[in-house]
Amino acid sequence: MNAPTYNFAYLDEGTKRMIRRAILKAIAIPGYQVPFASREMPMPYGWGTGGVQVTAAILGPQDVLKVIDQGSDDTTNAISIRKFFAKTAGVATTTRTEEASVIQTRHRIPEAPLHAGQVLVYQVPIPEPLRYLEPRETETRRMHALGEYGLMHVKLYEDIAKFGHIATAYAYPVKVAGRYVMDPSPTPKFDNPKMNDCEALQLFGAGREKRIYAIPPYTQVVSLDFEDHPFTRYRQDAPCALCGAEDSYLDEIVTDDQGSRMFVCSDTDYCETRQRDGHLGSESAPNKEHGHG
Amino acid sequence: MADSSNDQPLLVAEGLAKSYGHLQACREVSFKLYPGEVLAIVGESGSGKSTLLQLLSAQLSPSAGKVSYRMRDGVLRDLNVLGEAERRFLFRTDWGYVHQDPAMGLRMAVSAGANVGERLMAIGWNNYGEIRDAASSWLQRVEIALQRIDDAPKTYSGGMRQRLQIARNLVTAPRLVFMDEPTGGLDVSVQARLLDLMRGLVGELGLSAVVVTHDLAVARLLSHRVMVMKDGRVIETGLTDQVLDDPREPYTQLLVSSILPA
Repeated sequence: MNAPTYNFAYLDEGTKRMIRRAILKAIAIPGYQVPFASREMPMPYGWGTGGVQVTAAILGPQDVLKVIDQGSDDTTNAISIRKFFAKTAGVATTTRTEEASVIQTRHRIPEAPLHAGQVLVYQVPIPEPLRYLEPRETETRRMHALGEYGLMHVKLYEDIAKFGHIATAYAYPVKVAGRYVMDPSPTPKFDNPKMNDCEALQLFGAGREKRIYAIPPYTQVVSLDFEDHPFTRYRQDAPCALCGAEDSYLDEIVTDDQGSRMFVCSDTDYCETRQRDGHLGSESAPNKEHGHG
Repeated sequence: MADSSNDQPLLVAEGLAKSYGHLQACREVSFKLYPGEVLAIVGESGSGKSTLLQLLSAQLSPSAGKVSYRMRDGVLRDLNVLGEAERRFLFRTDWGYVHQDPAMGLRMAVSAGANVGERLMAIGWNNYGEIRDAASSWLQRVEIALQRIDDAPKTYSGGMRQRLQIARNLVTAPRLVFMDEPTGGLDVSVQARLLDLMRGLVGELGLSAVVVTHDLAVARLLSHRVMVMKDGRVIETGLTDQVLDDPREPYTQLLVSSILPA
């Protein structure tokens, strides 16, 4: 039986060239949404078709790929995308942040600092930060072109008027290189400061919306705010129950139907690395090989 | 702030015309609007009033003629020559535009405070407290209760929406306001209150305004001068009292005499 043969990384070379051109343009104009001819991918919209296309276009045989879904390497979406590229490109895969050369992510930036030469590829559901305030795409494009961003503050104003503080917790708007306002995809705002002056290249792909945008390395990324209500990071006030980390972004996990819950690192690689280094949390298994005590 | 000794025109229209194919919506309109002056454009539906207002506010480009506006630096400039960015900036700062349907001029799902504050944020205000104070004081000036500041205009009555629209426009202290049937669709007592409010604000702020209306009572109450339009042409123009009390043109006489007795 003949197994179907795929081109390297699934997409044909012509498509990859088209996507690379869009990526180059996006890098040249930081934060600007570049339209591209998004393809049908063998997965449904909303599962990362934009990110997968960007990854496919930049992947080379020597690359080492890591895929995370909400920080986790072991959820369905992350595993299937990792397998997809292992199968169609034969590239090495990893769960270790520092070993990866390309990291595709759905809504988290790894806790371990990224270094020069790495590429972070975001899956983006809605690239337009002004979408819910101004539904006309013709108008939002004009607003981007003319740098009219007063409307973006209307959203933050509404938050403060309703909740007393800026309650937007994810997809928190940023201004890139002092020019374009950009939606950083639904990453928690905890991750926003990591985008600023980042050593790695950050690429954003929105498959259904057919847009690619980018933040080149060492680019200024500022979270929008008011003088009297400055941007703040948000983190659950607890240490990780498995590794005791006090500085990582946490997931809240419901453990029974009696209201019990625990907080653990959303970044599984970060948490496992810390556990391997001997850090313990309140829920850590008591008897490891060499017990701490 | 208004410099009343200013005797140079603020807005100048010269030979304005707009045609849609064979249809001449507007032709040979020329006039000058001076600072602090309110001009009413009256006429029946289809007479070209709204087209003219869109030409004057640079939302439409004329088929012939030009509109010039005296910028804050004192220089009279042709609006068609301005870049889009400058025109839009003018629209957000030095001009106001009150739509007949407040839903077109407001963000219906966003709170009243943010509706008023939007223009301030657009020109770079970045202090929540100051924006909210400015919004509060404007809501009070247009007689909207302060406890409604966080409600969206979709929960407002028609009259309140129209007053909110006015506050939203005036918050940046514009020098020129365009109004398209500002009292259309409101009941008579609400109309009266709105007209009262507008007359007060126009006088107080020394605004210039161009008001399009088919309601001669609005023209009489608000405006200093009246232009009567028919079939795209200005057929009569003059001081409001003069035109409405002693109309020369047969069509104007018809308009004036067709007001229902109160």
